[in-house]
Amino acid sequence: MKKDDRHSKTISADDVRYAAGLSRLSLGDDDVVKFQAQLSQIIEYIAQLEEVDTEPTLPTTHVLSSMKNVFREDEIKESLPTQEALKNAPSKKDDFFKVPKII
Amino acid sequence: MNKNFLNISSYKKWLAESGKSFTDAVRVLIARIREIDKDVHAFAFIDEESLLKRAEELCVLEDKLSLRMVPVAIKNNMCIKGELTTCCSGVLQGFRPPYNATVIEKLRAAGALVAGGANMDEFAFGSSCETSCYGPTKNPWDTACVPGGSSGGSAAAVASGEVLAALGSDTGGSIRQPAAMCGVVGFKPTYGRVSRYGLIAFASSLDQIGPITNNVADCAALLEIISGSDKKDSTSVGKEVPLYTESLDKDIGGLTIGIPEEYFIEGISEGVRSAIHDAIRVFEKLGAKTVKVSLPHTKYAVSCYYIIAPAEASSNLARYDGAHYGHRSRNSASLMEMYVNSRNEGFGMEAKRRILLGTYSLSHGYYDAYYLKAQKVRTKISDDFRSAFKVCDCLLTPTAPTTAFKLGECSDDPLRMYLSDIFTIPANLAGLPAMSIPCGLGEGELPVGLQLMAAPFEEELLIKVSHAFERNTEHHKLRAFDF
Repeated sequence: MKKDDRHSKTISADDVRYAAGLSRLSLGDDDVVKFQAQLSQIIEYIAQLEEVDTEPTLPTTHVLSSMKNVFREDEIKESLPTQEALKNAPSKKDDFFKVPKII
Repeated sequence: MNKNFLNISSYKKWLAESGKSFTDAVRVLIARIREIDKDVHAFAFIDEESLLKRAEELCVLEDKLSLRMVPVAIKNNMCIKGELTTCCSGVLQGFRPPYNATVIEKLRAAGALVAGGANMDEFAFGSSCETSCYGPTKNPWDTACVPGGSSGGSAAAVASGEVLAALGSDTGGSIRQPAAMCGVVGFKPTYGRVSRYGLIAFASSLDQIGPITNNVADCAALLEIISGSDKKDSTSVGKEVPLYTESLDKDIGGLTIGIPEEYFIEGISEGVRSAIHDAIRVFEKLGAKTVKVSLPHTKYAVSCYYIIAPAEASSNLARYDGAHYGHRSRNSASLMEMYVNSRNEGFGMEAKRRILLGTYSLSHGYYDAYYLKAQKVRTKISDDFRSAFKVCDCLLTPTAPTTAFKLGECSDDPLRMYLSDIFTIPANLAGLPAMSIPCGLGEGELPVGLQLMAAPFEEELLIKVSHAFERNTEHHKLRAFDF
């Protein structure tokens, strides 16, 4: 958000629909109205963070500063058998997950 | 009063003296759970067959195992191989994991009788255990009230004597707040202390697994078992695990306890305030020194959390698409329809709310203003703690601003619900170990929780301090009802 946009702390119905689209959710009109009101209230509350001067502060990337990247050798190990991995599939064929046609 | 189910040691004594076969003992346990759960609903479901099978296995195992035959309830977001694990969400209906979470392996290796299916808010999104797709859990102290959340089923199962211990997960207070509201002990270890392999992810920079028990000794015993690094979780820390049970029965004379003024704000109920003040006096009598400290960025913690946690959750929950496991919508002509319909039908309102909030705050044009800003404020919150721990050994605060509220009271007011985690969220943002222990009763004759927080990996200190309090008070002996 640019500095001059800071007064607009509410979220519009279109914002809700846009976020729903990105999230692969589709909302009925009633839900859009409800979420718009609730999310606006939350966003309005959250806007208090603007008060905090964070100019020289670095964002947290890991809560424990002692933690570094963890590496291991790239070794081939036994993994879950295909049929085990497919056990929870809502639909499957042979060794594959089956989904509705894509094209 | 049934003295057999008060804590792990009274239960073990009962088991040894009753002369019951393990199978008969499990039948007694199942009958108790069925009976008590008619009112409490701590379990979304119970796999009786698995418990009976496990009892048979345990018969032949060596009897030195520390948790042999001890029933431990597992929040339904930890994978148990072959058993229903749904996060109490419609979107994961029917999911039976092909592997065990590391904590499950560890508990089983210690001989525990693992009881899956403890009820929870859907995907741990909530502070009241009301958003479960199996219906709410009730507080055993007053079934018109919530047990707290999101690990409400785990806390209620321990408080009602259905099990002797439980595992919960804590992202913003989900172990400590329900432990406080149900009058039991709840411990959130340092970020990375316990492996999260097999814990279904909510917010990966915050989530941590921990025990819920009747007393501090049981808490130390469980913590000792589940802690440690794990090759399967690269965020677990390779620091040696101390014997937490050796921190019991220690003197706390000379210790300095910090009382942060920002945690004694307006909005704390009188009952909570007075119970906490009484507790402070107990610590002073025990020879601890109390000092006022300031954590100036505390008031921004909830805002910070409600950007970071939903942002991470929206990303973690992108995997539920109906393709590989869980719920798939029946009427979908195309792949995209399958995604959208499966998610729409599967997720409840709170999950949708958080996905929308997280997606919005991460979306183009808002990332810097929300997510990046929140991560910077998070650094400031951690810095506050670092400064405080220069002048004190640990911090003492209320766990929650009020005692348990009524079912339905906050359901349509998400912001109010979110604010009930105001005192527990900062420890998650900073990755600190923190615990809640019972410290008396407040409004409605309901339990009040006392929160202790310490620097990273100071779990031993928390066990020492909480046990000193417990040894010198009677609060932990109060029970929800005569079971």
